[in-house]
Amino acid sequence: MTERSVYLDYAATTPADQRVVDAMLPYLTEHYGNANSMYRLGRDASRALEDARERVARAIGAARPDEVIFTSCGTESDNTAIIGLATAAGRTSGHIIVSAFEHHAVLEPAWRLGKQGFEVTELPPRPDGTVHPDDLAAALRDDTVLVSVMHGNNEIGTVQPIAELATLAHERGALLHTDAAQTLGKIDFDVAALGVDAASFSGHKIYAPKGTGALYLKGGTRMTPYLIGGGQESKRRSGTQNVAGAVAFATALELMDAERPAEGPRLAALRDRLVDGLLGRIEYAQLNAADAPVRLPHIANFVIPGVEGEAMLLHLDAAGIAVSTGSACSSGSLKPSHVLLSIGCPVEFAHGSLRVSLGRYTTEADVDYLLETLVPVVDRLRQMNPLYEKMVAGLAGAAD
Amino acid sequence: MIYSDKVMDHFGNPRNVGVIADADGVGEVGNPVCGDVMKITIKVDDDRIGDIKFQTLGCGAAIATSSIVTEMAKGMTLAEAVAITKSQVAEELGGLPPAKMHCSVLATDGLKKAVDDYLVRHGREPIAVGTIAHDDPDFDPHAEDDGEHAH
Repeated sequence: MTERSVYLDYAATTPADQRVVDAMLPYLTEHYGNANSMYRLGRDASRALEDARERVARAIGAARPDEVIFTSCGTESDNTAIIGLATAAGRTSGHIIVSAFEHHAVLEPAWRLGKQGFEVTELPPRPDGTVHPDDLAAALRDDTVLVSVMHGNNEIGTVQPIAELATLAHERGALLHTDAAQTLGKIDFDVAALGVDAASFSGHKIYAPKGTGALYLKGGTRMTPYLIGGGQESKRRSGTQNVAGAVAFATALELMDAERPAEGPRLAALRDRLVDGLLGRIEYAQLNAADAPVRLPHIANFVIPGVEGEAMLLHLDAAGIAVSTGSACSSGSLKPSHVLLSIGCPVEFAHGSLRVSLGRYTTEADVDYLLETLVPVVDRLRQMNPLYEKMVAGLAGAAD
Repeated sequence: MIYSDKVMDHFGNPRNVGVIADADGVGEVGNPVCGDVMKITIKVDDDRIGDIKFQTLGCGAAIATSSIVTEMAKGMTLAEAVAITKSQVAEELGGLPPAKMHCSVLATDGLKKAVDDYLVRHGREPIAVGTIAHDDPDFDPHAEDDGEHAH
């Protein structure tokens, strides 16, 4: 029905920026050496790698370049941090706290440790989508070794008070790791200001290619390496380094930082246009975690009562629009989004959630196209819903 | 996960959507907490399904299976209609992804309920009772799905 293509799922992944691709390509073809080789090709690769490391360290406010470990993705960074920090120095037991709405790249390793001698507390966020410092203070124990709370939530876009949480963790002798895959480059990010011991990053969320990532590990922090072998990355992450990927990551991050003063407000204005437009045009729709004190400029998550998310997504796809949903059916899992459930969203409404995430190439016209396409899609699905009247009975916020 | 062209056709252009106002039988299965609900209304002529309409809240597969089951059932005798299996529904759609097979149970159960409702209204013995998966309090629509997921 249309050939228009509108990508509104930047929190899932971003296209690689051409400037990033241009910067990395020579390291795939011309300067292809192994950064660990002694001859010139190797030295050239090593120089490029260390240059990229310095640039990333500077961008995130690290004290030293070797606090940056290049990895293959955000998941590897998260897995490495959770398992490596918890089991540092041969530790086999202890208490770990993770927020309940972490990405599964944090939850799964925590759960595994929970079966292997550690005790795991899942700390629920409050309904505003924020992990409250008082709640962490109450959950911390003398034997807590590690706290992991994501900086920006990937589904609802709420930003956590990491600096306060880190202070609390440190007061009790625990380390604090934060998954910053959604915040790096999008808002101010400085490891010193946040006071974190470790932080995970993903390249493909900031217009670098998939298969690139990094882990910040504060100097002096003990960590059992997750990948072992050749001892690369100062023995903290074995495996031949992806030099082109490191160059791409550093370039992408610098572009994010350089453009953020203009891009941040531009995205926030687009997001507000989206939120106002959607809430104004779709009866009973709600913005999830609407009361969050701080939110990312590029993510908005809605519940649209009386529709099912996958059906909504498929109709939008037919119109060329890419978005995501937390419905169970869309993910192949059986329960709707654990993030939405953790902030108290009723299950029947979580099945009808819609996440829209904006990015570098999103325009006002894209947002408007989504809105004008979504309204008849929702009307149609609601008309097909045998329980629609029952489901919205008692809901406030009718659009007029 | 990829849907067949026929699933997408029935999802995008569902047949027999709506409610028959003076229906002879009504079947409703599922609930919003599970994410899918289906309601079928039928008109019965001489023990055959003369007209049939559906409403479904659910994913692409739930809507597509609802749509195709109404096409399959129209004109069938009541006994034939309640004998439609979930596998026949999936086959008719050119297959369903494994994680979506349970959606076809929603459609066949909705139809069975509507037929039994008609029979009971006319003082006759229901013929589908006992074969309706959703009537089982322990029914887990996802039980046959990928075993990695706990329900």
